[in-house]
Amino acid sequence: MNLSHFSAVLLFSLFTSIVFGITQRAEPKKMVRFGAFCFALFVVGTVAASWAMWLIKP
Amino acid sequence: MTTKVQAPAAAGDKMGSGDAVASGASPALVLLAGWLVPGAGHLLLGKWVRALLLMISIVGMFAIGIALAGKVYTPNTGEPLDMLGFAGDLGAGLLYLLARALGWGQAPVLVAVADYGTKFIVVAGLLNIVAAVDAHSLASGRKQS
Repeated sequence: MNLSHFSAVLLFSLFTSIVFGITQRAEPKKMVRFGAFCFALFVVGTVAASWAMWLIKP
Repeated sequence: MTTKVQAPAAAGDKMGSGDAVASGASPALVLLAGWLVPGAGHLLLGKWVRALLLMISIVGMFAIGIALAGKVYTPNTGEPLDMLGFAGDLGAGLLYLLARALGWGQAPVLVAVADYGTKFIVVAGLLNIVAAVDAHSLASGRKQS
């Protein structure tokens, strides 16, 4: 199996967000909202960190 | 200044002990089942949608890690980072034992994607611990629903 770096980020974020959403909130609606929030934070955070590393490279 | 204090649920309160009473499963059993099989703790409590989602997420993550040729850590290597990786892997319960029994994840990690696989496997184990503890909290009444 071979994944691109970005698709690996998407899969990691998706699975982790589902577990976080279910375990960290008590009501279904809040679970979905928190899961979506985590997913967005994972993806945006990873892309931002990637750009930051590109900017500070020697 | 005021502080928000959550009052403990009264004995027999529906919100406080509903899951444990309704399912009849002891919190320790739910914790053990949730650790051994991802989602099994929630399944014992009758929360099958959550159980299914947790199982798909954790087993999927573990399987992708193996498919990416990630490393499955073994005990007693003497390296502190390996010991932490082993603790994370062990969180996957029977999945870890299955991987060890079938010899998965024993090839050396040579490419970046395989290193991603190693992280997928460790995080799957850690997420399974989070899920099992969540099931225990539901069974003991610490989490309301």
